[in-house]
Amino acid sequence: MIPAPFDLVTADSAEAAVAALVEHGDDAKLLAGGHSLLPLMKLRLAAPAVLVDIGRLRDRSFVRDDGAHVTVGALTRHRDLETSPVLAEHAPLLAAVAAQIGDPAVRHRGTIGGSLAHGDPASDLPAAVLALGAVLVAVGPGGSREIPAEDFFHGFMDTALHADEMLTEIRIPKTAGAGWSFQKFNRRAQDWAIVGAAIQLGPTPRVALINMDMQPLRASATESAVAGGASPAEAAAVAAEGCSPPEDLNADAAYRRHLAQVMVRRGLVEAAGRSAASGQSTVT
Amino acid sequence: MTVNGQPRAAEVEPRTLLVHYLRDSLGLTGTNIGCDTSSCGACTVHVDGEAVKSCTVLAAQVAGAEVTTIEGLATADGLHPMQQAFMDCHGLQCGFCTPGMVMAATSLLREHPNPTEDEVRLGLEGNLCRCTGYHNIVKAVLACAGGGA
Repeated sequence: MIPAPFDLVTADSAEAAVAALVEHGDDAKLLAGGHSLLPLMKLRLAAPAVLVDIGRLRDRSFVRDDGAHVTVGALTRHRDLETSPVLAEHAPLLAAVAAQIGDPAVRHRGTIGGSLAHGDPASDLPAAVLALGAVLVAVGPGGSREIPAEDFFHGFMDTALHADEMLTEIRIPKTAGAGWSFQKFNRRAQDWAIVGAAIQLGPTPRVALINMDMQPLRASATESAVAGGASPAEAAAVAAEGCSPPEDLNADAAYRRHLAQVMVRRGLVEAAGRSAASGQSTVT
Repeated sequence: MTVNGQPRAAEVEPRTLLVHYLRDSLGLTGTNIGCDTSSCGACTVHVDGEAVKSCTVLAAQVAGAEVTTIEGLATADGLHPMQQAFMDCHGLQCGFCTPGMVMAATSLLREHPNPTEDEVRLGLEGNLCRCTGYHNIVKAVLACAGGGA
């Protein structure tokens, strides 16, 4: 399978990439690692007239300790998230999620910015940034702006990014040893989650769901229950509340609702165990 | 780019995938096209020493990089230790997945020089063998790791 013809523009800076987006408008797409976009183009589900290659912006690939938060460059590959000592210490959920994306070869190419901008409700990283309460930074012709993760995902593969904006970094509040868990249910190696859950405890407990609606989303009823002191089983019982899960060969909606409860219950138990192990349970 | 140690320069259409450039332009047909959807791993090659699926990379994206295909592993002295291990352990049946398996396995050992059996199985999860010969493939990788390759 070969993508439809397109023109390739190689950007040597974020500013050059934005300029190319401004010039070509809706006809252009950014190309980072290409592991979300190229498969769609090969299937001819996407046929942008212009690709702006930002894969060479090495200065946008980093994981940096910035005091209260960790800053991750949008071009950071999953492999580099997986092996980052800074994330292991300050946001282990993100490293654990990255380590389960696709397979090693995919993780050598795919980037966090590319995955988030793709906005696929079945992918893992959107749930991670939702659970971590991250802030996404985008640059456009008018400068840069901050978008809280909870305002970023608008619909099926639709995000808050404008056509002329590029995601540049992701800021993740440090989790200070609070418990976390990542649960991913699938039936084939390297597959997308049929349903998954990313959980980050702390002063504001957050629970995010994978593949439970048209967009990545938080399980707000569960979050309220956890904040109110509910047990994992009680909190997980309302995990699918407000969700409209997709139906496909793997699962119908009722099965996904059930899976969401199971994933969230297991995740809350695991996260609480990790909190206790790090002494957090005595703090909160 | 450099392919198997040799500098290569070419004008290609932007949409040319790395696997097509390797196979059709350079005649390096050891790299197979299997699923063509980045699932099966038959097209696995190394870019700057790391396994990637060449059906999901544009040739232009790796301009300037060092690409290694299965043809580039053996030296004048003989097979690469991983190739030898696959032979010794009978880590193949029909052989279609083998180039990708060997490339993924060598990349895996570079990152995890002494993997457990579980780590080998997880490390090769992006490479499918439809003869279902995983048992001997895993044995070959472990043997190669044990041999200090």
